[in-house]
Amino acid sequence: MWQFIKRTWAAIRRPSVHYSLGFLTMGGFVMGIIFWGGFNTAMELTNTEAFCTGCHEMRDNVYEELKPTIHYTNRSGVRATCPDCHVPHEWTSKIARKMQASKEVWAKVFGTINTREKFLAHRLSLAQNEWARFEANDSLECRNCHSEESMDITRQSTRAAEAHERFLFTGEKTCINCHKGIAHQLPDMGQASLITGDLSEQSLVDYLKAE
Amino acid sequence: MTRTYVFTAALIATLTGAAFAQDTVATLRSGVPLDQHPAPPQVATVKNTDLRQVRNYPEQPPLIPHKIDGYQIDTNANKCLQCHSRTAIEISQAPMVSITHFMNRNNQFLASVTPRRYFCTQCHVPQSDAPELVENTFVDIDKVLEYVAGTKAEDH
Repeated sequence: MWQFIKRTWAAIRRPSVHYSLGFLTMGGFVMGIIFWGGFNTAMELTNTEAFCTGCHEMRDNVYEELKPTIHYTNRSGVRATCPDCHVPHEWTSKIARKMQASKEVWAKVFGTINTREKFLAHRLSLAQNEWARFEANDSLECRNCHSEESMDITRQSTRAAEAHERFLFTGEKTCINCHKGIAHQLPDMGQASLITGDLSEQSLVDYLKAE
Repeated sequence: MTRTYVFTAALIATLTGAAFAQDTVATLRSGVPLDQHPAPPQVATVKNTDLRQVRNYPEQPPLIPHKIDGYQIDTNANKCLQCHSRTAIEISQAPMVSITHFMNRNNQFLASVTPRRYFCTQCHVPQSDAPELVENTFVDIDKVLEYVAGTKAEDH
């Protein structure tokens, strides 16, 4: 093994004997384009709805729930697909998200959510992951389409206009704070804030002090 | 012979009666034959004024003056309570769910909305501009009282 590495290293270090510098440069350039393009094409292929709904976990749960919502069907026919909301559009962040998603491949292989029951059991933590991501990036994926600058609140209902003026334009809140569960069903929201464990009086006192 | 005539006449009367009845009885299909599809009416627009409506009688559950499309109300979540719950109204400035909704059937006040009052749309409904299917002859009690007061004034 060590011999092999040594021989390879020696071959790489030595100047080329048979091929011209021009050929090697051009060859490297062309191969670079092919590999880079191939890599990006393959990645874009994983960024389609057909790919996402290729697994029954996505097709039977979240995709079914998306169908009756306004992000799937509406009067103007503009439609958001899975990656529009769940994958950053900018390249560096996209790669980072794709690397995180390799953990989801692990879950797929070991069938972590391969039945409806298992999916529902994990739904809260799955949703919380996404909510945390949206809060951290200031609902970037919402804003890719719903820009604050282009939002004409005089065309909204009084209620919506007031809420957007008070919370969105002041930057006090971000889209996901109020618009949870608009594309998929919500998990048990009671559980989201439940205090679990010891219910003795002392533990309650401690909890209130910690607040 | 006459009995036969009478019987035939009665039979004809019954059959034509049935035929007429078919034309005049109001149905949900509005008289369109079973093998045909009636043109569906235009989907009514839900009123989205955000203005509270007058209750027609004091016990009437308040109407919802806004759209509630896609609001999830099930064992996991209640979209209405995101704005109308006790703790949310400072932010939303929406009316809080009535205190009666915290009472169980023994009039005990619970910490949150009781399960029997949890499904908002069982009583509270939005309104649309759909035409009335049948004429509504409801009269507000104030109108009745006005009328009674008027007739009494005429008497004296």
